[in-house]
Amino acid sequence: MKRTTTPPLLIRGADVLGEGTQDVLLVDGRIAAVGTQARDDAPTGTGTLHAEGLVLLPGLVDLHTHLREPGREDAETVESGSQAAAAGGFTAVLAMANTSPVTDTAEIAETVLDLGRRAGYVDVHPVGAVTKGLAGEELAELGLMHRSRARVTVFSDDGRCVHDARLMRRALEYVKAFDGVVSQHAQDPRLADGTACCHEGELSGRLGLPGWPAVAEEVVVARDVMLARHTGSRVHIAHVSTAGSVEVVRWAKKQGIDVTAEVTPHHLMLTQDLLAGYDPTFKVNPPLRPTEDALVLQEALADGTIDIVATDHAPHARQDKEHAFVDAAFGMLGLETALGVVSTLMVQPGRMGWADVARVMSTAPARIARLSTQGQGITPGAPANLTLVDPTRKGTVDRALSKSLSRNNPWHGRELVGAPHLTLLRGRVTAREGLVWGGEA
Amino acid sequence: MKHLLSIADLSAQEITSILDTAVSMHEVQDRDVKKLPTLRGRTIINFFFEDSTRTRSSFEIAGKWMSADTINLTGKGTSVSKGESLRDTVLTIAAMGVDMMIVRHPASGAPQQIAQWVDCSIVNAGDGTHEHPSQALLDAYSLRRALGELTDRHVAIVGDLTHSRVLRSNLLCLRKLGAAVTVVAPPTLMPSGIASWAAADGFAVSYDLDAVLPTVDAVMMLRVQRERMSGGYFPTAKEYAVTYGLTSGRLARLPAHAVIAHPGPMNRGLEISADAADAARSLVLDQVSAGVAVRMSILYHLLAGEGNAQ
Repeated sequence: MKRTTTPPLLIRGADVLGEGTQDVLLVDGRIAAVGTQARDDAPTGTGTLHAEGLVLLPGLVDLHTHLREPGREDAETVESGSQAAAAGGFTAVLAMANTSPVTDTAEIAETVLDLGRRAGYVDVHPVGAVTKGLAGEELAELGLMHRSRARVTVFSDDGRCVHDARLMRRALEYVKAFDGVVSQHAQDPRLADGTACCHEGELSGRLGLPGWPAVAEEVVVARDVMLARHTGSRVHIAHVSTAGSVEVVRWAKKQGIDVTAEVTPHHLMLTQDLLAGYDPTFKVNPPLRPTEDALVLQEALADGTIDIVATDHAPHARQDKEHAFVDAAFGMLGLETALGVVSTLMVQPGRMGWADVARVMSTAPARIARLSTQGQGITPGAPANLTLVDPTRKGTVDRALSKSLSRNNPWHGRELVGAPHLTLLRGRVTAREGLVWGGEA
Repeated sequence: MKHLLSIADLSAQEITSILDTAVSMHEVQDRDVKKLPTLRGRTIINFFFEDSTRTRSSFEIAGKWMSADTINLTGKGTSVSKGESLRDTVLTIAAMGVDMMIVRHPASGAPQQIAQWVDCSIVNAGDGTHEHPSQALLDAYSLRRALGELTDRHVAIVGDLTHSRVLRSNLLCLRKLGAAVTVVAPPTLMPSGIASWAAADGFAVSYDLDAVLPTVDAVMMLRVQRERMSGGYFPTAKEYAVTYGLTSGRLARLPAHAVIAHPGPMNRGLEISADAADAARSLVLDQVSAGVAVRMSILYHLLAGEGNAQ
């Protein structure tokens, strides 16, 4: 891979983590100095970026992205998904394993890693499948995937639940050897089968849509935190969507169980009433829940019960969504709008500060995935993976402008306040105000 | 009115207008020559993605008696089964210049989605477990013929409510016409959220058929689908028949004037006994006959009514 030298850059007057104005000097892909020292240390030829009014965060990290390559390059490629990520302020994404073929071997994991490096917009870290072919029957080659160049640390059958309790126990035990984590798609397949596509309740009853009861998620979350306690392993709960799951996670954390949890931007802000028109854009797994659940999720994110925001960016080709609601594909786009949703919903009303955003969208996801070069503090010596945010920029989401190859954007037509201004990967600009800049290759 | 997608879209006045027009349409059935020129030159596609006998033939007869050109298409063997998206499939058919598409689909909401994609009129002929508005209209028509105006009449709807599109349309229709409604089923066959739904829409919920029967003016029995029996919804067919079937014994609990309705097809011996199905107070065949008249009225309102005349 050819790397070009990145010229030094002085970021002037940025609000670092929303906690004070500082100058930040970037040299050779790292933060060289912060504060008054930065200007003094700037070598000849340093470019200057005036960042007054902008907030500087460590680069965003998404623990839950679907890039569709290999297998469904018509919906998304590693390159197009990486561009969407960079445009959304991300510097690293964890690419889920439900590709075709499934990422269940070291070879496929390395292929995804290499595709990401070739694209060069963000660090792409493959997530390994927990079970071969996501079939839920035999463990995939967890250790070999970890030993590969991809250094896989996060394992998930996302899209499906590891519902066999014994297999889940073995997976949790096995990944302890290399400090891995199992990310669970909590969905009891007997309580919410493949046809379930709408939160079970009055609305699903009225619409005649197969219900996905909250308890189908909650029983698996409860089981898995107990398995994590039994094994002493790390378990991560993907896309928590119900108040009951929050309650279980809160209890488990109080017990000292090593559990982390994520919430998606759409479960935070969107609610089930959007399904009244049967628009498959809003079909997602787990389904959009009632307002009461969304409010609990917002509160849990603010108080730290839920550790991170993860996008569950799930691009789909048009033809896969243009079916009757129950037949359409699950999932919605999220990389380009995640920061705007968190800003609009949590930061603007004063429920979270930008330092909290850094925690839930960068530091904590990087820590869960054990990424050593992402989610670091804005301190000298840290890699210059950074996101500059314009906290006041208002914009109406237009799905036509997406870098993703797909258009299943549930935010289309909504106004969001707060947007990525500049994304820097190892000191190099990868995106500026939604426009992506050339990859590293 | 451009579409008939849900009873929810109709006002009580519009429902009454459809039922009143159906009265005159019903007279056509007694003529030697059953033909009205009303829809001459109009093309109606019966697009049935799911098997149906009575609804499809009823709509087809209604269209033909009104001189429309009616064409039947099924989901089987069409481009849908070859992997084409629903949107592309219906756009292709609509592009042939049809005036109306009558859609039966196994997926709830499909007619609503189709109505957003094409320009022609869409009639929902049953979508998944959502609605079956023309059935509700013909049920109301039959009940009205038997009982007079439905205001303050009490109708019990009994059976597999979870999976019944007839239930959802009938609830809306009967409530709009002022009837009191009680839904009766075991808790496993009640739609989710039924308690809050009932509170919002003003109907009653009961698990006790015997307690409800003496209070009704009409009892509408819904089919229990045989495939549900392995789904753990109830222990055995025998237990269901004894607990929730309209048995011969329960016939005696009905008030003398009360009538029996069933949208068919019937499982005799399960949700309804032969005695009840064939009783003089049974409206089952009247419902079928009324189906053509009501569907003629629906076609009239959508294609030839005020604002639609060419």
